[in-house]
Amino acid sequence: MTSLSFLRQMLQDVRHQKVRTLLTLLGITWGTVSVALLVAFGEGLQRRIVKSQKGLGESIVIAWPSRTSIPYEGLGKGRGIRVTEEDIEALRRKIPDARFSGEHSDGRNTFRRERVRISPGMSAVSPVFGVMRNLIPAPGGRFVNDLDVDRKRRMVFLGDKLKQDLFGDAEAVGQTIMIDNAPFMVIGVLKKKAQDSSYSGRDQDKAFIVDTTYRGIHGDRYVNNFIFQARHPSLVPEVTRRVYEELGRRLKFNPNDKEAIKTWDTTEGEKFLSIFFTTFRLFLAVIGSFTLMVGGLGVSNIMYVVVEERTREIGIKLAVGAKPRFIQSQFLLETLTLTALGGVLGFIITLAVLWIFPFLGLDEYVGTPTASPAVVLTTAALLGLIGIAAGHFPARRASLLDPVAALKLS
Amino acid sequence: MMMIEMRAIRKTYRTGRVEVEALRDVNLDVDRNEFVAIVGPSGSGKSTLMNLLGCLDTPTAGAYRLSGESVAGLDRNRLAEIRNRHIGFVFQNFNLLPYASALENVELPLLFAGLPANERNERATAILEKVDLADRMHHKPGELSGGQMQRVAIARALVNRPTMVLADEPTGNLDSVSGRGIVGLFQELHAAGQTIVMITHDMAIARIASRVVQIRDGEIVEDKSAAA
Ligand SMILES: Nc1ncnc2c1ncn2[C@@H]1O[C@H](COP(=O)(O)OP(=O)(O)O)[C@@H](O)[C@H]1O
Ligand SMILES: [Mg+2]
Repeated sequence: MTSLSFLRQMLQDVRHQKVRTLLTLLGITWGTVSVALLVAFGEGLQRRIVKSQKGLGESIVIAWPSRTSIPYEGLGKGRGIRVTEEDIEALRRKIPDARFSGEHSDGRNTFRRERVRISPGMSAVSPVFGVMRNLIPAPGGRFVNDLDVDRKRRMVFLGDKLKQDLFGDAEAVGQTIMIDNAPFMVIGVLKKKAQDSSYSGRDQDKAFIVDTTYRGIHGDRYVNNFIFQARHPSLVPEVTRRVYEELGRRLKFNPNDKEAIKTWDTTEGEKFLSIFFTTFRLFLAVIGSFTLMVGGLGVSNIMYVVVEERTREIGIKLAVGAKPRFIQSQFLLETLTLTALGGVLGFIITLAVLWIFPFLGLDEYVGTPTASPAVVLTTAALLGLIGIAAGHFPARRASLLDPVAALKLS
Repeated sequence: MMMIEMRAIRKTYRTGRVEVEALRDVNLDVDRNEFVAIVGPSGSGKSTLMNLLGCLDTPTAGAYRLSGESVAGLDRNRLAEIRNRHIGFVFQNFNLLPYASALENVELPLLFAGLPANERNERATAILEKVDLADRMHHKPGELSGGQMQRVAIARALVNRPTMVLADEPTGNLDSVSGRGIVGLFQELHAAGQTIVMITHDMAIARIASRVVQIRDGEIVEDKSAAA
């Protein structure tokens, strides 16, 4: 058929079956909204959770020197293990596949600015610490750098909430504060970030200085803990093994003694989250698909009725030379058009919901659902599949009609 | 080579346990430019024969060659192609698409033949003018009289220049005046060289044909040419 009469034909069918067509369309529309919104919400939630997870740092391992639990070379168990900056330096040299930073924190520091006094958590670290832990400076500031290390400069990087406590809304970068009565210059403030997990307080409440400056003041060679990050998450087990081996040799403990150094491998949580969300999104997609399939059944049903109503017309077309193939594609196309119409309507509603959503202020709890290409493609692909499935059987029935029998109807 | 060669054609309908032999052992040759009238009582197998001639249905047994080509064993899509290229049907009840204009109805076979829109339009318009419907081209079947509807159907049958026109009681639903008009039209077509096979039970109409074939109980009982 020419496109004109094809359209006219469809309008004709729609007019004959107004209520039924409308309900069917709504079925597809509702199914589309279900799939698209569920998948979009799943993605938004995942993005939100993963972002919070990354607040701690991506694929990092945190290690705490502790006590041995296995006797080693004549030394009894229960011996305390202490790690120095030199040990960290040795790890850097021996294990080029990872970066390391020690972390000193004694928690007995008094910060003073004008008449404000506060005792926040403070860590003395290497500059790479900022990269590993996602300590991103707000514009106009920076994290501590190598020059600060070399010159043992008294520079401090403040968590955003701590800065707020000390300075209020006033500019902090370039200002001086007193830490245990020694003047420090603020060189950067943490850019606000989402962080779900921590091991010594949230970064927003903490301060960071370089380890060399700390040692210069306190004379303390031992780190409280250290963190490392492999070049790739898949290298974490190997790097961890090498860390135990190297420190075991230097500090005389059994490299299999997991108690001597306790570690928290955050990649495990990431792996779990990734698997969890893949499953979760699949589950949502399946639920949405079922809704869409029910809509598809409705379309299929109405197309059977349309074939029934147009049997005589099909007979006429077959008699003047329409190939059954052609009849089949005509009905398939009509079904696909109906499905697409319902789908487009569904997409419009989905977009409207996604547009309104950010104004509801729920981002902190469930993230913000967005129509990512994956969402759109998944839904469109499903719609196509369901349209084809819904159209196939009625279209096939139409094409298999016996022309003589079809013409006899009157 | 005959245009139509039917040999030992049989058609058996079966509904449940009942078998009806609608045609048994029919042999029929039709040559180019013949005007064959098929006559016989109701239920004798005339429409069945026409459906077989027009490749709308396939015989239970026997051989059928149309323009030298055997029709046996062709699939439904190929049969549709043969109907489109070789056959023009005219039915008792017109069988026009109710929502389409006269012009669109006539264009239909050309559409399935794959002709471009402008050519379809030209040819359909020309043929509608030939059947005196130039001023009714954009009317729907519901807006036409019975005689006019049958003219549209004849125009549709002719538009793709078929090897033969098959008409099944084309005047059966018309008053005698319109009926005479339609018969006159068939006479003109025959005079212009068109091969026609027409079913009728009106002996008066049969008399204008060049040959009369009588069927009774699924068998040809008489085959008389008027030429002599
Ligand atoms: N589709 C069918 N199923 C069963 N019997 C049929 C069918 N079509 C025709 N018949 C039977 O075949 C015989 C011939 O029918 P038909 O060719 O329509 O006769 P005519 O056109 O001469 O009146 C009749 O007995 C009729 O009942
Ligand atoms: Mg009949």
